[in-house]
Amino acid sequence: MSFEKKLPSWKSIPIGGAILKPGNFAERPTGDWRVFRPIINQDKCLRCLICWAICPEPAIYIIDKPYRTSSGREWKFTLEIDYNYCKGCGLCVEECPVKAIDFVEEVK
Amino acid sequence: MSKPTLYKSIFELPREEYLSPGHGLCAGCLVGTIVRVLLKVAGPNTIVVTPTGCLEVSTTPFPYTAWKVPWIHVAFENAAAVASGVEAAVKALQRKGLVDPSKKINVVAIGGDGGTVDIGFQALSGMLERGHRVMYVLYDNEAYMNTGIQRSGATPFKAWTTTTPVGKVLKGKLQPKKPIAEIVAAHKIPYVATANPAYIIDMANKFRKGLSVDGPSFIHVIQPCTTGWRFDPRYGIKIARLATETAMWINWELENNEVFRVTVPVPKRKHVKHYIRAQGRFNHLTDQDIEEIQRFIDKEVERINKMVGKEVIGPVVE
Repeated sequence: MSFEKKLPSWKSIPIGGAILKPGNFAERPTGDWRVFRPIINQDKCLRCLICWAICPEPAIYIIDKPYRTSSGREWKFTLEIDYNYCKGCGLCVEECPVKAIDFVEEVK
Repeated sequence: MSKPTLYKSIFELPREEYLSPGHGLCAGCLVGTIVRVLLKVAGPNTIVVTPTGCLEVSTTPFPYTAWKVPWIHVAFENAAAVASGVEAAVKALQRKGLVDPSKKINVVAIGGDGGTVDIGFQALSGMLERGHRVMYVLYDNEAYMNTGIQRSGATPFKAWTTTTPVGKVLKGKLQPKKPIAEIVAAHKIPYVATANPAYIIDMANKFRKGLSVDGPSFIHVIQPCTTGWRFDPRYGIKIARLATETAMWINWELENNEVFRVTVPVPKRKHVKHYIRAQGRFNHLTDQDIEEIQRFIDKEVERINKMVGKEVIGPVVE
């Protein structure tokens, strides 16, 4: 983790302690908070975007990657979970209208 | 008020993200959802002011920030005052030609219930009275969750908190919740609304309307807190939805102090026990207590129906 690194000297800190890189929290992943891992079943997924809209992180992304289900249905985009940031809260699992997201325990 | 184009479905929400992942909010905290949707609607030309609260401490521990828009925090009590100053500064810079006058810059203050209902109230009232073009968003988790679940003015009747403990004599908070949205509406500002993250499009449209008015606007959003309300993080949206389905939380909006409408009508209302039994902070309630809360809600529903002029929230069926 970056907190364990050597701290910068006061000379290298910008005036006023301003943070020059917006959104640099993304350098600190929160995926290790997770106990249960949500996994999207791409065959069942209807691409309704509810999980994308409610994810508080955001850890669910819309990716322009076509997908063909086993029953032959074509989708223009795919929803993918970024496990570097997903905290495993399970909101998407509960809210999915077709129960296409499985919630399985993390095993190492 | 210029009529903004409203969203009809989730597919119309912008894809850009202005809140970075990796922030320190609890797993399942709906503040993340509320702020994400808010920043999607507001866009990059937005200046955010937050008072002290869960959102402020968990998104900006130095040297990190989760915000991709300009952000400022000063103290607990003055978010509205700081937002007023920012808005006045933007206006002055535009008048002097240092900032493009045609550029629309939104100033948004996002406060918790402690920083709005109790501590920041006089700054908020002053901002509303002076008529700054600021949208104030209140995410209401009904206690001081950041410091460890102390009671606030927004804590509901009979709810457990660490400063309204449950014992032999006292059982939870003795006073009802402060009706902050109606107090704000009494300032006769152009737009006041209450919203719920379980109804995302309704919430996004309210943010859009609030940003389009020429003057202050206030959006009161319920935010189920997984730590303080004592429930499993995965049920956050379910509990938020139950709040509206039991009429514990009514989604309404008031435009120009004239047009009052309930944006999420509930033709068949559920009994409040479904909402209360889902949360650990109401574990000590007996059936009589729940009936007492139900009577409060019935009275409130009757008042709202009278204000609208027709029955928008129906009788209890379940």
